[in-house]
Amino acid sequence: MSELNQKAVAKYQNNFLKEVEERVEDGEWVSMCMQCGVCAGSCPLGPHWEHSPQKIFRMIMAGKRDEVLTSDSVWMCTSCYSCIVRCPRKLPITHIMHGIAHYAHRLGVAPKGQPTRELASVFWKNLVKTGRVNELKFSLAVYFKDGFSQGIKNLLGMQGIALGLVKAKRLNPMEIIGGHKCKDVGGIQKMLAKAKEIEDRRQGYTS
Amino acid sequence: MTASIATSQTILVVGGGISGMTAALEAAECGKQVILVERNATLGGRTALLYRYFPKMCHPTCGMEINLRRIKANRNVRVMTMTEVLDVKGLRGDYTVKLRLSPRYVNSNCTACGECAKAVDAEIDNPYEYNLAKTRAAYLPHNMAYPMHYVLDPSIIGTPDADKAKAACKYDAIELDMQEEIVEIKAGAIVWATGWKPYDAARIQPYGYDRFANVITSVEFERLASPHGPTGGKLLRPSDGKEAKNIAFIQCAGSRDENHLRHCSRICCMASLKQTHYVREAYGDSAKSTIYYIDIRVIDRLEDFYLQVQQDPTVGFIKSKVAKIVEDKESNLVLHGVDTEGYHRYATTHDLVVLAVGMEPETNGIKLPDDILLDSSGFIEGSNLPAGTEGIYGAGASSSPLDVNRSVQSATAAALRAIQVVHKTSTVEGVR
Repeated sequence: MSELNQKAVAKYQNNFLKEVEERVEDGEWVSMCMQCGVCAGSCPLGPHWEHSPQKIFRMIMAGKRDEVLTSDSVWMCTSCYSCIVRCPRKLPITHIMHGIAHYAHRLGVAPKGQPTRELASVFWKNLVKTGRVNELKFSLAVYFKDGFSQGIKNLLGMQGIALGLVKAKRLNPMEIIGGHKCKDVGGIQKMLAKAKEIEDRRQGYTS
Repeated sequence: MTASIATSQTILVVGGGISGMTAALEAAECGKQVILVERNATLGGRTALLYRYFPKMCHPTCGMEINLRRIKANRNVRVMTMTEVLDVKGLRGDYTVKLRLSPRYVNSNCTACGECAKAVDAEIDNPYEYNLAKTRAAYLPHNMAYPMHYVLDPSIIGTPDADKAKAACKYDAIELDMQEEIVEIKAGAIVWATGWKPYDAARIQPYGYDRFANVITSVEFERLASPHGPTGGKLLRPSDGKEAKNIAFIQCAGSRDENHLRHCSRICCMASLKQTHYVREAYGDSAKSTIYYIDIRVIDRLEDFYLQVQQDPTVGFIKSKVAKIVEDKESNLVLHGVDTEGYHRYATTHDLVVLAVGMEPETNGIKLPDDILLDSSGFIEGSNLPAGTEGIYGAGASSSPLDVNRSVQSATAAALRAIQVVHKTSTVEGVR
């Protein structure tokens, strides 16, 4: 259990709803849910989730902290916005799902190996390094995330598309060394660090 | 109908449904002069179109009949049908109201013999059947119509049909040259009782009211159940006329929804519970009613009615707002959603779906006097004027989503306040 997670447990005791309201982006909407179930019924991925949004909200109110934060379900949202459009109480359900996923990730309790989470992590690391997305390095990192031999298989499977992209000048093989970057890499990294500091303070992670 | 007898001691009641009739009668029976204006060709409003009332399951003929007798017996009430309010000017004790009288093309000689309807060929959608059926373009609104006079639809004026109707009338009741009239009257106080309309169910896209013949509204279901309705009281599906034995009722169709009506319409839960009685009466133990709900909202003593329906083995309850409806090849409807009690995903087939549509105030889309204050749903909340200086009062379903019983209470309260205004006016004038 991470230190941040232990602190959160100590601070909020058994009041998980309060924790969500204070720390999860758009979490203050959770208690507005009237359990009608339209979000669950409208979700195109509905049958594939363990817990529907409606159920997640109820679990939060019931204090099921571990079940919610370690759940794979909130990572299944594809941001189609069907639930937001139909919610009779206008809860920003998509944003709350992302908020919970982000919070669980920050606490270090989100499910390990969850593909959406891994993809997001790889994308973020790739982006902040130079201030620009290096698509070649990003693809390679994703292909090789499950080990070397699986990586080679993925590469061979995609080689036709990759060569086509190179021919069409949509993919530059030279990106493998360094790659393009924004003008002030140090500046953008400072901005991101500052943003994180402000967010941590606002969310109550630091004083 | 040009000379006006109205003075500042007259009470104007706008809307001739159960609330307007009640307010008019209560005031008139206190000796006040009342003008009751109604937009349609008959009094009775939406109440007259119900099959039965809850909770006692009596027919609207009962309550309406008594009120119509009271109106006939009272010389203080003047009823003006096919009349709309165009404009209200002035203040408490001294209003000037502009009215538009649409031509009925039938005068008071009419005995409701029905010969004109037999003579006319043209048919129109019958608004008194919620357009579920057609009627001849010369028609009596319904069996409880007041005044008990036929109406000619304006669409046949100037056509041979109109001449046929005139020729068929033995009582010289048809006047094809009737014109629209605009009149002004004076009133001391106004009771605004314009009631409600069913929410436009086609706007609830996932339920497919506009696409699937067998998705109907609760008000349409009342007409199906009524012996005077288009099916003679049989519960038949619109698509193929097959008996609908397995019926789904969807609650909050438009109500409690920020995308549609934000208020709870209050009556729909009781209305659906009542309608399960119709299904049971029609088919006995082979009936099947299923109510899909967020939560059942029946108020105070009506709870007993709910408990009694719960005992009925032909009625099922599923706690879930239905997410979408799909039609299968036999025009049956498959309801999709997730049940809140256990979070089970379901896809259940029914013969007929009844949407318990919400009450939208009729105040939406009509011009109101400036000093009327509306709430966020469009119901009359009160007046913009300082307390004690207002003279227009909301009554019945124009002030809040109310059932018949509570509409009558609300109308009686509004009548009392209107009486107080004209009473003061007459006292002041007496001193002078």
